[in-house]
Amino acid sequence: MSEGTLYDKVWDRHEVTELPTGQTQLFVGLHLVHEVTSPQAFGMLEERGLDVAYPERTHATVDHIVPTADQSRPYSDDAAEEMMSELERNVRDAGIEFDDPTTGRQGIVHVVGPEQGLTQPGMTIVCGDSHTATHGAFGALAFGIGTSQIRDVLATGCIAMEKQKVRRIEVTGELDEGVTPKDVILTVIRRLGTDGGVGYVYEYGGEAIQDMDMAGRMSICNMSIEGGARAGYVNPDETTYEYLEGRDRVPEGEAFEELKAYWESVASDADAEYDDVVTIDGSELEPVVTWGTTPGQGIGISEEIPAPEDLPADKADSARAAQEHMDVEPGDTMDGYEVDVAFLGSCTNARLPDLREAAEVVKGREVHEDVRGLVVPGSQRVKAAAEAEGLDEVFKDAGFEWRGAGCSMCLGMNEDQLVGDERCASSSNRNFVGRQGSKDGRTVLMSPPMVAAAAVTGEVTDVRDLERFEEVRA
Amino acid sequence: MSADDGDAGPADIVTEVTGTGVPVRGNDIDTDQIIPARFLKVVTFDGLGQFAFFDVRFDDEDNPKEHPFNEEQFQGASVLAVNANFGCGSSREHAPQALMRWGIDAIVGESFAEIFAGNCLALGIPTVTASQEDVEALQDFIDQNPDAEVEVDVVEEEVRYGDTVVDATVDDAQKRALVEGVWDTTALMGANADTVKETAASLPYTNV
Repeated sequence: MSEGTLYDKVWDRHEVTELPTGQTQLFVGLHLVHEVTSPQAFGMLEERGLDVAYPERTHATVDHIVPTADQSRPYSDDAAEEMMSELERNVRDAGIEFDDPTTGRQGIVHVVGPEQGLTQPGMTIVCGDSHTATHGAFGALAFGIGTSQIRDVLATGCIAMEKQKVRRIEVTGELDEGVTPKDVILTVIRRLGTDGGVGYVYEYGGEAIQDMDMAGRMSICNMSIEGGARAGYVNPDETTYEYLEGRDRVPEGEAFEELKAYWESVASDADAEYDDVVTIDGSELEPVVTWGTTPGQGIGISEEIPAPEDLPADKADSARAAQEHMDVEPGDTMDGYEVDVAFLGSCTNARLPDLREAAEVVKGREVHEDVRGLVVPGSQRVKAAAEAEGLDEVFKDAGFEWRGAGCSMCLGMNEDQLVGDERCASSSNRNFVGRQGSKDGRTVLMSPPMVAAAAVTGEVTDVRDLERFEEVRA
Repeated sequence: MSADDGDAGPADIVTEVTGTGVPVRGNDIDTDQIIPARFLKVVTFDGLGQFAFFDVRFDDEDNPKEHPFNEEQFQGASVLAVNANFGCGSSREHAPQALMRWGIDAIVGESFAEIFAGNCLALGIPTVTASQEDVEALQDFIDQNPDAEVEVDVVEEEVRYGDTVVDATVDDAQKRALVEGVWDTTALMGANADTVKETAASLPYTNV
């Protein structure tokens, strides 16, 4: 069993008691709520006549169903309007703070938590959303939960869990120009498998992780679940504290210093023991794209798509089906795979640095005439900050649509969906069949700069081949 | 345990589930396949059963395609046999809710995604694991004997069918919860409200 890791320390601090089921009752420091997975939980509470135990530790936003084009109420989609109204009623009745779109703070739940400083190191954080692991980037213990567990947290402020093992993922070296945190996490998932993390929490560390800004660390932790790990985290350090200082929910002055002492105390000890350690050489990585229909089916941009028969027996059938769906051939590379849509958004990659990196590629270029380009900032604040820098103009001048904040085409619960068998270069997290709203749609996962490159060339392209990088090299 | 759609109240104790089976083959079957996102635009779980595996069961005109959930001989089945990493992807409880409301009371598989298994437990649905070889043999058996009963024994950690007894595994906490009927975690944890307050007060970040 692990010992002295952040996971062990945060777990111990939040342990209430052991339950008759053998599970641990853990106190939840922050419960984030959105409209899709919460209404049934509020309903269950009502049925039992229970109140929300810790409304002050609960925070709501709306993201999955919000339209990103015309956001005026009532929403044109009746089902979306009903879900929004239900959430408004539930948070009002319970006294839960709600970032509705009129506040200027609305956005994807995993973007708004960190940017308001709600997310802090050493907390336990839950949300009815599998990408809750995102918040682990701050050294919080954060995991996605189902609706019955949301009921538990609403009613008791706690969650019942079994302790898991800890795997340290050490990413050594420096990432090359054009290689991003997204490429790191796609590599992790490819190496360890989509179920390699089941039973584990991932601790990401090493030089490449230390060098990353908070947005990059969030991209990595975000996709832990795609590798089967319910939670992933990075130990807090000066980058973390600098990011937090001055944010809305972060205290100032002496109170900040006191909290910082706690944050430092929960970081994994130098001699911490792990259940497993995996090392990845970050300096060897190139931009990664997916060729299939699970996030584990990824390759470097210069690598050949594998032949199903060369894969382990249990992966061959799904690879065959995936290649048929994607219309790709073993032996080819993904470089040159034509796309119809370029989607820049999602809780994985729609923060300000993501948009900046993509804008840098887009600047002075035009979206290919056969491509529909969509930029969906992660939150209203990201959008405002991007506009203050003129990024919106860069995207719009190039021919991108500049939208309002939400989950959008990551999962196609609003109007933003693929049509028919469209192919999409996407900065999101899942390339499952049907994920982006059309069951025949095809998703290629990649980093924001790679999405930008695909948007302008009309095909999957090594962003390092574009002029910006030629200039840098020269 | 009743499998009728709309009557999804779980039993107090689940020691064994017996019923006919339905095999759904393939690794990494994700929750977007089990229930596509567009069917999540609901404020209750009622009626989700009809949307289970919708996009692989129906074509663009909503005509049924070849899928075990559409086949006559598997209607009324309550034991689902699946392969590896079943239920990966999103945390949507709508996925097990849809399966349960279609009629599934227990799932036997090679492995399950964690959040999915946790969601199943919250509904009183055992997620029992067995080796790849054993699961594939079970799937073949069900195909050939759609009317035969499959017994999922949570206590003995066995799956029994025909003359075969399969060694299965039930996660410890899951077993205890199902067998002792103590999986109403809201009630269990609600009883410790005072201790919760003490734990909360001991955390540096709750006082600022």
